[in-house]
Amino acid sequence: MSEQPNRRDFLKTVGTVGASGIAAAVGVEGVEAQARPAASPTASTAAPVSHAYTFLTAPEAAFIEAAVDRLIPADDLTPGGTDCGVAVFIDRQLAGAWGSGDRTYMQGPWQKGVPTQGYQSPLTPAEFFRTGIAAANAYCRKTLQKEFDRLTADEQIKVLQEMEQGRVAFDGISAQEFFNLLLATTMQGFFADPVYGGNRDKVAWKMIGFPGVVAIYSEHIKTYRNKKYDVEPKSIVDLS
Amino acid sequence: MATRLRAVDVVIVGLGWTGGILAKELSEAGMRVVALERGAMRSTNPDFAIPLIRDELKYAVRNALMQNPVRDTLTFRHSPSEPALPMRQLGSFLPGEGVGGAGVHWNGVTWRWTGIDHAARSYYEQRHGKSFIPADMAIQDWPMTYAELEPYYDRFERTAGVSGKAGNIRGTTQPGGNFFEQPRDRDYPLPALEPSYSQVLFNDATAQMGYHPFPRPCANASRAYTNPDGSRLGACVYCGHCERFGCEANAKGSPHITVIPKAMAQPTFELRTHSWVTKVMLDSTKKKAIGVAYTDVATGQEYEQPAAIVALCAYAINNVHLMLLSGIGTPYDATTQKGVVGKNYCYQPGGGGVTLFFEDKIFNPFMATGAFGIAIDDFHANDQFDRAAVGALGGATINVGQSNGRPIGYRPVPAGTPRWGAEWKKATAKWYLRAMNIGVTASNMPNRYNAYDLDPTYKNVFGQPLLRLTYNFLENDKKVIAYVGQKAAEIARSLKPTSMTGPGTLGEYNIVPYQSTHNTGGAIMGTSPGNSAVNKYLQSWDVPNVFVIGASAFPHNSAYNPTGPVGALAYWTADAIKQRYRQRPGLMT
Repeated sequence: MSEQPNRRDFLKTVGTVGASGIAAAVGVEGVEAQARPAASPTASTAAPVSHAYTFLTAPEAAFIEAAVDRLIPADDLTPGGTDCGVAVFIDRQLAGAWGSGDRTYMQGPWQKGVPTQGYQSPLTPAEFFRTGIAAANAYCRKTLQKEFDRLTADEQIKVLQEMEQGRVAFDGISAQEFFNLLLATTMQGFFADPVYGGNRDKVAWKMIGFPGVVAIYSEHIKTYRNKKYDVEPKSIVDLS
Repeated sequence: MATRLRAVDVVIVGLGWTGGILAKELSEAGMRVVALERGAMRSTNPDFAIPLIRDELKYAVRNALMQNPVRDTLTFRHSPSEPALPMRQLGSFLPGEGVGGAGVHWNGVTWRWTGIDHAARSYYEQRHGKSFIPADMAIQDWPMTYAELEPYYDRFERTAGVSGKAGNIRGTTQPGGNFFEQPRDRDYPLPALEPSYSQVLFNDATAQMGYHPFPRPCANASRAYTNPDGSRLGACVYCGHCERFGCEANAKGSPHITVIPKAMAQPTFELRTHSWVTKVMLDSTKKKAIGVAYTDVATGQEYEQPAAIVALCAYAINNVHLMLLSGIGTPYDATTQKGVVGKNYCYQPGGGGVTLFFEDKIFNPFMATGAFGIAIDDFHANDQFDRAAVGALGGATINVGQSNGRPIGYRPVPAGTPRWGAEWKKATAKWYLRAMNIGVTASNMPNRYNAYDLDPTYKNVFGQPLLRLTYNFLENDKKVIAYVGQKAAEIARSLKPTSMTGPGTLGEYNIVPYQSTHNTGGAIMGTSPGNSAVNKYLQSWDVPNVFVIGASAFPHNSAYNPTGPVGALAYWTADAIKQRYRQRPGLMT
């Protein structure tokens, strides 16, 4: 995986580092998608994945793409997280109502609390992500002299495991809480209806055998006892 | 400056199941009724139409049909010595919002509570002696018996289109039903749903072990049905998008397709949506309500709605909040154990369940309904269940449902599997179709420190104090879960799975992961103003023209889900208002 054209390297070669991440991503989308080898037969039959972001800056997008490719690695079951659209999904969620704190009580005062009291950050979910990415990159620079997306795949996995297990301390944010939100949002992107930009070509549903949104099983509840229900899954997009 | 509106006979706060039942019953009796619902109007079409309703992210993860914590939430702590912090995002429970309330997005499990539940203190004192009940466990009998409430349970089952199988009709045991059931006058209005493969396995295994399996009663219609009011329900299609969703097939018993349209047809009824009640207004004696104050959250305009009767029909939590904000009844103080409003908050302990993985079986978890299931009551409704040996009151049902097989939320993998990466992915692909769950749902007895009061620090968007919840699981809960969890594990092992996880143990209460929307107590019913906030007719002892209807009235929580008795109590209260209070207002005895 680490031999693949790296997003950050590509931006450097076309001289767009320092430009707005959004403008850069929009400008290079088609070229970069072609430069990427298809991760699996599933990916090669679908339209090119978008690398156009509205919330994430270029370095943030590089972090998220690398992270979701480690959380959901490419294998014979599905393409990697980025090629499944998970990075785009996360970007849209952070740019939208949820990222802005639509369903989060934001009034102070703020105290840390105990884990059983839940989310107590004064940051919106989008700000929480932004802070978490910056803190993770600062940690990687300090300990490994590179940003997260420039590490080898094995190094990235090790950093993610340390975050998951709470074995590293980040400045200004809990590494473990950031990891948990990153993982939860990644899984939402992988398994949600493709209408949100992830689960591209319904790869996650095909992987597990979830048939999607049609869901009329009045007879099947009996006739498919202990029997696999093999259908092409249908999404909201397919029915709209 | 609030606009004062024309007085009505009844103002109903919240239009879910209880508000809908009162709205229909009282407006049909000719009373002038206004319902104030804080959320939006909701109709099956277009709000729950395919394909948009099949959006797991929107409805099941982002909680589109639920209360928005930005406007109002509560604070939480485990004990009075700890700081309470706001529940900033919904998690453990999901109060509904909008017309139909939680009756739109519930699963539909519809029990009649047991005879033991109805007479909790008497039963345990007689069966095990007074000393069996811990001093800080304030259990008490319901002020009405099961037999008194039976016709009202029946009425709610008929309204909601409950599918099930009777276990005891007028004292005669019915094969296939719940062996431990209290006598009922007649069977459920609809036959039980077709069981899933997992339920068939559980049914056979428990029968073989000498237990008494039966289909769990549920308001998912097993066939098309017209209820006694003429409301039509469709047949359930086992779509697997029930809890947290509205039903596109009108197959889930819900107030927005039954009682609410009947009220809307009455010229004496008016519904106002986006109307957030901030306070019940009392007169100078504080013994009489003169109406309610509310804010139209779409315009910001404030109103006062005078009424002869105020019916609090909000979610159980919000009923208690409104009483405390309005000064109705004496607030409970856990230190002195004086006062009544806020006491006996209870919830629903879990954690004793087991997940079974089979190399050679396919369960298709997406073929599902909200509430269908096979249950055993041998460790709950059963008088012979030896609670003395367990050293705990209450009990738990063991059950196999199959309701939430959607992939963001349901991804079972064997113990020891990582949460991400290549190994996680392989396990998820392999086991999604090949796992089943056996659940353990426990009762919850009150404790002197498990209670609500008003938070001294945090405010809602109207500038009012948030409700503060102090709550934790206790020894009694842990013993029940440990004991019944082992019984569930024995049943699981008899099915010879390839591997299994659980049962877990019950730790500290955590407000983050979803558990159930079964929050009870806080405005409990009883026989005197000393032991309860409301009387036998859910009428405030202190302000008798205020009725407080919902699970807030339960003195403890059963191992059964709350909606059956919530519906029955709403009909019971409506009858009392129509037949008695209306002729002679005042405290009913």
